[in-house]
Amino acid sequence: MNSAAAVLVGILFAAGLYMMMRRSIVKVIIGLALVSHAVNLLVFTAAHLRRLAPPLVPEGASAPTGTVDPVPQALVLTAIVISFGVLAFAVVLIHRAYGTAGTDDLDQLDRTDT
Amino acid sequence: MNFPLTLPLLIPAATAALCLVIFRRPGWQRWLSLAGALGHLAVSMWLLSVVRQRGIQATQMGNWPAPFGITLVSDLFSAIMLILAGLMGVAVLVYSIESMDRERERFGYYPLFHLLLMGVSGSFLTGDIFNLYVWFEVMLISSFALLSLGGEPPQIEGSIKYVTLNLVASAVLLSSIGLVYGLAGTLNMADLAQKLDRLPETGITTMLAVLFMIAFGVKAAVFPLFFWLPASYHTCPVPVSAIFAGLLTKVGVYVLIRAFTLVFVHDTGYTHGLLLLIAALTMITGVLGALAQNEFRRILSFHIVSQIGYMVLGLALYTPLALAGSVFYIVHHIIVKTNLFLVSGVAHRLGGTFELKRLGGLNALRPALGVLFLIPALSLAGLPPLSGFFAKLALVQSALYEKQFAVAGVALAVSLLTLLSMMKIWNEAFWKPAPEAGRLGGQVGAAMAGPIVFLAACTVVIGFAAGPLFELSEAAARQLLDRGLYIEKVFGAQP
Repeated sequence: MNSAAAVLVGILFAAGLYMMMRRSIVKVIIGLALVSHAVNLLVFTAAHLRRLAPPLVPEGASAPTGTVDPVPQALVLTAIVISFGVLAFAVVLIHRAYGTAGTDDLDQLDRTDT
Repeated sequence: MNFPLTLPLLIPAATAALCLVIFRRPGWQRWLSLAGALGHLAVSMWLLSVVRQRGIQATQMGNWPAPFGITLVSDLFSAIMLILAGLMGVAVLVYSIESMDRERERFGYYPLFHLLLMGVSGSFLTGDIFNLYVWFEVMLISSFALLSLGGEPPQIEGSIKYVTLNLVASAVLLSSIGLVYGLAGTLNMADLAQKLDRLPETGITTMLAVLFMIAFGVKAAVFPLFFWLPASYHTCPVPVSAIFAGLLTKVGVYVLIRAFTLVFVHDTGYTHGLLLLIAALTMITGVLGALAQNEFRRILSFHIVSQIGYMVLGLALYTPLALAGSVFYIVHHIIVKTNLFLVSGVAHRLGGTFELKRLGGLNALRPALGVLFLIPALSLAGLPPLSGFFAKLALVQSALYEKQFAVAGVALAVSLLTLLSMMKIWNEAFWKPAPEAGRLGGQVGAAMAGPIVFLAACTVVIGFAAGPLFELSEAAARQLLDRGLYIEKVFGAQP
């Protein structure tokens, strides 16, 4: 399970980075989305995927043992929400960029470069 | 609840929320946000006095003891950074009263400004590495919105570069946080420092250290990761670029210093050696980039990159004197750089352009402005008795003590080149006669002039009374190097 997830993370990173190298601005955003999925899955996998009981503690019991670690799931949930918001902003931004520059070719957006 | 630690976050949050409540009344928002910024500055000063008297302050959020909950910590370094953030917030907001156009004020400039201030303050105060990522995102998303607010074509173009490269950096940061959690099983920075100490040396820690170096390096705009900065900072309105120039990259430097003095100190020969190389290359590329430019704000943007090199240099040398030099340099740099951007706004108001070729005659028109430009410009180059001289003195001295003669030479040569490009601005914009007669003019009121005079006065005062501030920087450096004390305070903190 762990190695399958690791390979999937690698494929997602490769696909995302490939898309970000393209000239079309829409593909860059798709690349960003893929990379953020890859990262979320990486955080999830790095803390080991295991089939164990959920970390629920009955009232009065002491700290549980042999349960899964809930922290990576909390981290991933936070990261998903943040990347959703940021990507939504990026999509609006490229829409505006297409409107003002009249092109989706990144090679032509070089007026602010140095 | 520990008020000095939580109020620097709550005040900007409350101010931003209240500004949203009175969204339809930009005039009210203006004064409310100024009051909020003054409040932020006041509690930051309170925090510094508490930290000076009683040592490092820490508190546990939500009553969860460390390392399970999120800890807010402040040592002298973070308290100093918070005061600077507060000071720049007030100065830039006063400047905005006159300089910011009504259209942008109507579309949420003030709430976004305070959210940015909150993100910056949170990054300075947090003791949890995932929480640091969250504060980074708060800071980033408000800076995205501030940068593109107004939607002029160059702004949108600059924003695309800024947004894409910073999102990649965030992805790298989040991956490194995930991997470090997989390795050590903790996110609390003090706990992480302890746990990484106990791990056997396998090289994985060093790999993680370099991943964090890349992630923070993009935010700090070090070589070779700085390209987003000169492509975007000159596109937005002057107050926005002034606050970005003052604070955003310095947050990156702050977290670099925090991570590489507290958490990753296992293989300093490799990591800090790498930082030394990065520092030297950052200084050189930044200043060479500035020399090639002919636009007021583009020159200043490249100088940010070159100055970041000096701050990283202090961290890379990793001695008490060098770190004190870094802290002092950051204080000096934030004040001077923000001021130079504010001056560029006045030059634009009078001359109608940022292009040096089309500017000119500003000194004849407003001799006082010439002086107010020269004070931060010469301080940036490091001329005594201004603040930059003492900052560079400490760094070059500690480089010589450590027998790093090459990097000391680079630092000195770069300050000479800095002087050269500051003189280029002076000659072109202030000294030479105006190229097109009759184009100069325009009113500059007290709200625009006041912050410039105030920040220039700060530069002069720091220069003439460098002793007390340098003692404070040395105390901050000693705290940074005493990891045991930091860890003990985090674990001993009461909710």
